[in-house]
Amino acid sequence: MKQVVAIIKPFKLDELKENLAAIGTYGMTVSEVKGFGRQKGHTEVYRGAEYKVEFIPKIKVEIVVDAASVNKVIETIIKSCNTGKIGDGKIFVLPVESICRIRTGEKDQDAI
Amino acid sequence: MKKFVALLIVMLLCFGTVAMAAEPVGDPSGANTGTAADVIGVTAGAPSADDMATLGKTEPLAVKLADVVGHNRVALNMVWMLLCGFLVMFMQAGFALAEGGFTRAKNAGHTMAMNFMIYGIGILGYWLCGFAIQMGGVGGIATLGGGTVLNSEFAITLFGKSFGLFGTKGFCLSGETYDAVVFGIFLFQMVFMDTTATIPTGSMAERWTFKSFVVYGFFITAIVYPLYANWVWGAGWLSQLGNNFGLGHGHVDFAGSSVVHMTGGVAALAGAMVLGPRIGKFKADGTPNAIPGHHIPMALTGCFILAFGWFGFNAGSTLAGGDLRMAVVATNTMLASAAGAFASMMYMWIRYGKPDISMIANGFLAGLVAITAPCAFVGSGVAVLIGAIAGVLLCLSVFFVEQKMKVDDPVGAISVHGVNGAWGVLSLGLFADGTYGEGFNGVKGTVKGLFYGDSGQFIAQVIGTLTNIIFVFVVMYVFFKILDKFIPLRVSPEMEIEGLDQSEVGVTAYPEFHLNKTHR
Repeated sequence: MKQVVAIIKPFKLDELKENLAAIGTYGMTVSEVKGFGRQKGHTEVYRGAEYKVEFIPKIKVEIVVDAASVNKVIETIIKSCNTGKIGDGKIFVLPVESICRIRTGEKDQDAI
Repeated sequence: MKKFVALLIVMLLCFGTVAMAAEPVGDPSGANTGTAADVIGVTAGAPSADDMATLGKTEPLAVKLADVVGHNRVALNMVWMLLCGFLVMFMQAGFALAEGGFTRAKNAGHTMAMNFMIYGIGILGYWLCGFAIQMGGVGGIATLGGGTVLNSEFAITLFGKSFGLFGTKGFCLSGETYDAVVFGIFLFQMVFMDTTATIPTGSMAERWTFKSFVVYGFFITAIVYPLYANWVWGAGWLSQLGNNFGLGHGHVDFAGSSVVHMTGGVAALAGAMVLGPRIGKFKADGTPNAIPGHHIPMALTGCFILAFGWFGFNAGSTLAGGDLRMAVVATNTMLASAAGAFASMMYMWIRYGKPDISMIANGFLAGLVAITAPCAFVGSGVAVLIGAIAGVLLCLSVFFVEQKMKVDDPVGAISVHGVNGAWGVLSLGLFADGTYGEGFNGVKGTVKGLFYGDSGQFIAQVIGTLTNIIFVFVVMYVFFKILDKFIPLRVSPEMEIEGLDQSEVGVTAYPEFHLNKTHR
């Protein structure tokens, strides 16, 4: 079992959700996050004084799938969220030790 | 200095006179206000006093009808004035939203609370003595057919001329000032005064203790504003510069560029100087950091509410629903706001590459502030010009205040109200075109500016402007300095960094959200 964590541009979330549903993923958790990468934010002018927008708003998507599906999920994320411009985001894949569904107590593979 | 003050007091006692005419009585029900006398000479074809006296003998029914017509005329004027007063009252909501939106989320509750409570404090302070000081000697309002019980002005005599300083009637609206017309005037003047009082809450936002704010609230609404307002609107000495010294119609301010806005803006400057900049506003080398507001949609909604209320502010200042000049006034008001917003937009766009939305909002208000004095005395082209200059002046002033004076004004109150208030009254002295204002301040003829042949009018405007800057700045600066000794003006640095909501007003504006609590 793997957890796929993707940091994406906020306006790509709907498209990603639909495409992931189409390949049969069961669920996802999303959160509003802020951060920066290699570009390190950008500067703006407010009332004649410069200020730095250091953290850019992003969406973090977390999906847990069985190991065999990981590549398909990554492909779908790239297909959905690539604009070719700076700030498209990143994908992280982490191992998942165990899963438990709180309502029924089902474990691991059954609980995905 | 002490000797000088003592001398001044002695002079006041020796030469001060309280002018009192035969004692009129109040009319609490309003049923006896508005009579045949109120139709004499009000339009081109209206009967003269002689007509009424001679023709009335043969036409008794016409006299009775004239009585009703007079009452209706006064009633129409009263309805217009009150309705406009209600519009101006709603500007308090505009100020609260604009100032709240242009400051940070961690102080939103506190900023809104100041804008809210200045309404309550202002009404009480003005009722206690502010109204009496301002309007106690105005001698009545002709368009309202009454108010003659306000007949007591304290004046001193200098150079053989009478200088009205403050009114002495109408404290707590008691005695014979329990009068329908007087109550109407109170409401209308009170909401104007409260606009002044709420302006410094913007320049002093995000670091001012609520305790000292409350004391300030009573001081400015009960004493400082009423004094200057008396000099311009309450038959005081600035309004008499025309009668006494031949300077045009005296200091003319139709709806309050100087009386309301400059007073607020100058007080805002004094307060922000005494209080000092917010933590993190200036870098070690003195260059300013931007501290963006937390809710731009809220701020812009506030500005629209202000513009809506401004129709009451300006058009209502005819004090007469029967004065059709109100259409010119309202249209000029709208044109100047448009020109102000457009000019500041273009200025910021050209200089910084983007049309800064907070500066557009400020420019919009700057146009409104500037046209407030001259709105009744100019045509549409000049209204656009005055507004456009106001929009650019606003931008230059914001940079000057922040970069050169190193004064931190979170919402631009000093530049919007102070600088453009001054521009407003001066522009009247330049551009008043002589189409309106017959007999204004008791001077024959219409109001004309420098470019229309009356340089005296411009001098009167300059005197009024300088008087405002010196009087309001000195009094408010000294007041804030002294107040600070007894009740500190500024919250502790820990509270300022944490946000003032919890420590000052006991509740967080947005408890459902995690706030980014940073000193920037």
